[in-house]
Amino acid sequence: MEDLIQVVDWSRLQFALTAIVHWLFVPLTIGISLIIAVMETIYYRTKSEKWLKTTKFWMTLFAINFAIGVATGIILEFEFGTNWSNYSWFVGDIFGAPLAIEGLLAFFMEATFFAVMFFGWKKVSPGFHLASTWLVAIGVSLSALWILVANAWMQYPVGMEFDPDQMRNVMSDFIAVATSPVAINKFFHAVTSGWVLASVFVIGVSCIIAAKGKNLQMAKDSVKVSGWIGLIGMIFTMWTGDGSAVEVARVQPMKLAAMEGLYRGEVGQELIGFGIVDEKERDVKCKIAIPKGLSILANHDADSFVPGIDDLIDGIALTPQGDTINTISYAKRIEIGKAAQQALRDYEAARKAGDNAALANALERIKANYPFFGYGYFNSPQDAVPPVALTFYAFHIMVIAGGYLLLFLIVALFIVYKKPVWFDTRLARWIGILSIPVVWICSEAGWIVAEVGRQPWTIQDILPVQAAVSAVTAQSVQLTFWLFAVVFAALIAAEISIMVKEVKKGSDREITE
Amino acid sequence: MSQIGRKISGVVNFYVDGFKSMTIGKKLWAIIFIKVIILFFVFKLFFFPDLLKENYDDDDARARAVATELTSR
Repeated sequence: MEDLIQVVDWSRLQFALTAIVHWLFVPLTIGISLIIAVMETIYYRTKSEKWLKTTKFWMTLFAINFAIGVATGIILEFEFGTNWSNYSWFVGDIFGAPLAIEGLLAFFMEATFFAVMFFGWKKVSPGFHLASTWLVAIGVSLSALWILVANAWMQYPVGMEFDPDQMRNVMSDFIAVATSPVAINKFFHAVTSGWVLASVFVIGVSCIIAAKGKNLQMAKDSVKVSGWIGLIGMIFTMWTGDGSAVEVARVQPMKLAAMEGLYRGEVGQELIGFGIVDEKERDVKCKIAIPKGLSILANHDADSFVPGIDDLIDGIALTPQGDTINTISYAKRIEIGKAAQQALRDYEAARKAGDNAALANALERIKANYPFFGYGYFNSPQDAVPPVALTFYAFHIMVIAGGYLLLFLIVALFIVYKKPVWFDTRLARWIGILSIPVVWICSEAGWIVAEVGRQPWTIQDILPVQAAVSAVTAQSVQLTFWLFAVVFAALIAAEISIMVKEVKKGSDREITE
Repeated sequence: MSQIGRKISGVVNFYVDGFKSMTIGKKLWAIIFIKVIILFFVFKLFFFPDLLKENYDDDDARARAVATELTSR
């Protein structure tokens, strides 16, 4: 048992490390490819040499990020097969199909149009080159779509049926999986947040370039393009963030309660802007809150009830229409889950014995109890509660940083259009440069909310982490954890070092009309 | 050379010329190459076996192994 806990913890830590490192590269690729496409469109329309050089400069940084980041996501698939083999098998083709589409799409679109984008400047027509650049931008976003569809299914499993013969969930409705509201919302939230991240990166790097004084105009032009893309991205990110909150309230209310450190909910529930979580006292201390804010956020109704962690454990929840209902308590869910698992044991026994009557009976019981299958692994309702403090702080860091970035983008656009002399000040440049880490912290915090907030589930209500993990030793996972840590550190160091050199080159070499 | 042959040769030359004229790209390709070798020929081969594929002969055996795991924890 002790070893299983260690295997689960180390496997989760390793997955978190890999996903966090992977996500350092992905949003920059998504966002900067769009910025480059817009810049090249301006070049195509104006035929101005300065826009061509500006486009090529950012394209080089895009290539560095792409090259260092490519294949870091494959490591996650290695981990599925080794550390999470039960999960891997159990999700069957539901996880495999979107990932296969992603792989094919990414390979064909990126291998073809990426090459034209970098090698084709003098070999294809400007129109074809521009189309290729846009197709790369669209392609990277479409790749993200399929990954996010797979992720959304784990948070909100739809369009599948469990087949005990195969011991797999079999996809019964591809459209339901691909168009799940959680997936759609997650896709737009992740992609538009990538626009914000890349925009803040471009503004920050432009501040470094401007400081050298040789390419001030290029820096200002870059701030203008990325500032607008970032601001539009931020508006969409906030809008889809609101949509995410509504979806989370509907399908993962425990995550929402953890995000707010809410143990007992109320009608007209306040939204905490800042506070300190006390998990022992089951409360949030020193809080600054917006009255009725969470009710508005979760249900778009200021006087609605939002259930807290203990309410949910007791079986109080909301219907999709936002009505408060008494549903199945977590203690009862554990009973149902254990009944489902017993039915599965009986099914296996009947299968071996060739007893068709017992097989049919067990199958019926599996189907009836399957929606709460995963609760059968818990001994207490508290086992189904995510880490509250980490979820709470990650959520609040994301929101506070997001608010700052909105202000930052508005001010950046104001300065570059209305007060360009301010752009020449050291203060403005330092704020620009120091905002680069803020946007990455914000982006990673968002994923921590999404993934830590859904713990202990790998598949919501169906499979918790302790069942999903493989029968491997903790030592083997620890070893590979440290191996990855070394490789990732080297990759990040390479990315920063090569990028700094290129930015320095771009700053020192004058780009003229 | 046939028309198709000329087209194929054009595509190949496009990539060959592109790779030859790279500046920073050479360094990036070297990083990608080393990374892929480490990932697939060290990590995947020695540290990340697909446990179910390696330990069981067919899908039914894998399904039964998972069933045992999921009903015994």
